[in-house]
Amino acid sequence: MFVRLVYESFRRQKRRKMLAAVAITLGVAVATAMIAVATDIGDKISRELRSYGANLVVTPQEDTLDLQIGGVDLKPPSDGAYLNEADLPKIRGTFWHHNIVGFAPMLPVQTSLDGKNVTLLGTYFSKQLAFGKEEFVTGVRITNPWWKVQGTWPDDNSSDVLLGETLAARQGRHVGGTIVLGNVSHRVTGILSTGGPEDNEIVAPLSLAQQVVGKPGAVRRLYVSALTKPEDALARRAPKSMTAEMYDRWYCSPYVQSIAFQLQEAIPHSHAEQIRQVAQNEGTVLSRIKGLMLLVTLASLLASALAVSAAMATAIFERRTEVGLMKALGAGNVAIAALFFVEAALLALMAGSVGFAGGMVLARQIGKSIFDSQIAIEPVLFPIVLALAVVVTFAGSAFAIRRAVKFDPVYALRGEG
Amino acid sequence: MNSSTTATRRQNAPHTSMFVRMLLRAAVMRRGRAASALVAMVVAAAVATAMLNLYIDVQAKLRKEFRNYGANVVVVGHDGQQLSSDALQNVDSVIAGHGLAVPFAYVVARTSDGQSVVVAGTDFEQVKRLDSWWSVTAWPGSASDALVGGRAANVVSPHGEAFDLSFQGKTIHLQSAGTLRTGASEDSRVYLPLQQFENWTGVQPSTIEIAATGSPEEVDSVIAKLSQALPASDARPVRQIMEGEARVLGKTRATLLAAAGLIILTSALCVLSTLIGWVLDRRRDFAIMKALGASERLISGFFAAEAAALGAVGALLGFTIGIGVAAWIGRVNFHASVIPRFNVLPPIFFGSVAVALVAAVIPMSLLRRVAPAVILRGE
Repeated sequence: MFVRLVYESFRRQKRRKMLAAVAITLGVAVATAMIAVATDIGDKISRELRSYGANLVVTPQEDTLDLQIGGVDLKPPSDGAYLNEADLPKIRGTFWHHNIVGFAPMLPVQTSLDGKNVTLLGTYFSKQLAFGKEEFVTGVRITNPWWKVQGTWPDDNSSDVLLGETLAARQGRHVGGTIVLGNVSHRVTGILSTGGPEDNEIVAPLSLAQQVVGKPGAVRRLYVSALTKPEDALARRAPKSMTAEMYDRWYCSPYVQSIAFQLQEAIPHSHAEQIRQVAQNEGTVLSRIKGLMLLVTLASLLASALAVSAAMATAIFERRTEVGLMKALGAGNVAIAALFFVEAALLALMAGSVGFAGGMVLARQIGKSIFDSQIAIEPVLFPIVLALAVVVTFAGSAFAIRRAVKFDPVYALRGEG
Repeated sequence: MNSSTTATRRQNAPHTSMFVRMLLRAAVMRRGRAASALVAMVVAAAVATAMLNLYIDVQAKLRKEFRNYGANVVVVGHDGQQLSSDALQNVDSVIAGHGLAVPFAYVVARTSDGQSVVVAGTDFEQVKRLDSWWSVTAWPGSASDALVGGRAANVVSPHGEAFDLSFQGKTIHLQSAGTLRTGASEDSRVYLPLQQFENWTGVQPSTIEIAATGSPEEVDSVIAKLSQALPASDARPVRQIMEGEARVLGKTRATLLAAAGLIILTSALCVLSTLIGWVLDRRRDFAIMKALGASERLISGFFAAEAAALGAVGALLGFTIGIGVAAWIGRVNFHASVIPRFNVLPPIFFGSVAVALVAAVIPMSLLRRVAPAVILRGE
């Protein structure tokens, strides 16, 4: 009898349940999308923060002092120690290699162009490398997204070059021209604008810079862009002062310090350090944005819960006459309340499932249109969201059901109230 | 007094007062339902206000956080030449409190054993504020104190002892006050107070680093004004900082806008369903008024006025609460208060009234088709 009542009520009173069902669907969809976005926003924003460039720099261990003023190197070109280019792919073998977005080696050398001293900077643009069987691409186009080229980027295996904006303007050179370095002429494929010292330099593939300086395989500096976890007390401790267990935890957390430590392990005779300007500020910006999204998600949950409760209360209030009839026919309060609660639960489960699917689509849409990447939705979210939907629906119904049950059947049937 | 005007007034007066009385009595008699509709309205308006306020303000709040990344504009002399002595004053007057300007002067000096090292002169008080990421063991206090970069320290003063530097035959004796670590070229330098530096070398600053606050357009106009005020130098943006900021800020705002849209939609739906319930609930009032001879227009006007009044009151209350919520979020998350934006009020106000009117119109069009007798019979 009870099952039949619920079944018939669902079959016949579609219109009355429509509003409540729409409210639950929409509420759950919004809640799902917002929770998904809020849980993923940290990852998405820290990827966006990588557009600030490398947060780690690797230098040779016995490196001499930089003599740089305003980005201009005053040091004789043959001075100092170098890293070995052949060691670079080993970065892919470190523990946190999935967190390393990209790296770019730098080799500044002094050369002369039309009798004037200029710096030629050798680097990777978008170089194809292999570590074991794994192939990957890295270079300044990934680590320094603010570098803009008018024309085309040179191929890493060619001997084409880019000219810095200021240098090109001063010497009246254009895309497609040639420059002569030593006795060899090189094609200028593009004009580079960075807003930094590179605007005054020639930027070339690494192998060309190595030829010019006569040191095959030499790299002066290596910039690494890595996704890191904001620093905390553990991160700042020196690894030597840790217990074995703490050390494991430190080593297996993507702190900028532990990634630096691992880079040093991977590349022989090197010293890795965080670039504090980039690394230190990431944490604050990230925590602010995450905090903001958390609060906004709470607001959206509240709004969804209210919408669902309001719709349920309205739906039940409209059915006073029905309650009156059931009471007049001898139904107890418990039976009537049970009927409404079961109905509410069924409605919450059905509309909640539809809403969850809608929320997934919504989250995906937000991810695609704002961040150009997928927003991952944890499957564990499904039961949680459904349970939330049922609880909110119950809470929203409880007050209305209590009032409906307490109502005198005589008045209800006469249509007063 | 003219008798015809009295008659007109008599005809009009009770009419209006009756209308108002009906509105008021309706609100008082059915307190429960009216209150729940009002609560829904207030909550929706509050949430919408808070979201819009945050959306407008988050840019300014986050920009402040982004200024921790340091200078976004640099002024350098043409080809690395020194800037004129009034350059810093000019820069300060251009940015006029909307930012921070720090001068840097550089020379290459020699240590007592003949090694070259870059020595910089600057204003430490300002640097502390501009470059908050500098990790410094102790800031220099007295004039002969120097801040030594981590790598420079290995060369000039490996054990923190006092050291000598010479430039163009002039030697200076310095104490190592603290060590500086940044992971960039600063690590290879020795920093001195600007005054001390100028007395020793006679070299003026060649670089001014500026953290200009405001939107990209405001920063661009600062750059334009700087180039005008200082013709002998280049003012240029630090693209790395400007573009990174624009990107992160843009994505954050877009996410927040999407969230605000969804939340406002949900709360509008909540209001709509509550108000429809409220109006439908009063179909007997509607039927009685109709049976007593009220015109359709009057009844529609009555329900519309009621809904509009509810929307207006709800919007005003909600706006006040929403401003409070936004201020609280600002305090908790950004440790700074969110400024109330009163230009959010008109959209909230008219939006609320519009939603309330829609909520009144939908059930009205349903009820209009039903004869009053049917409603009064309770079917």
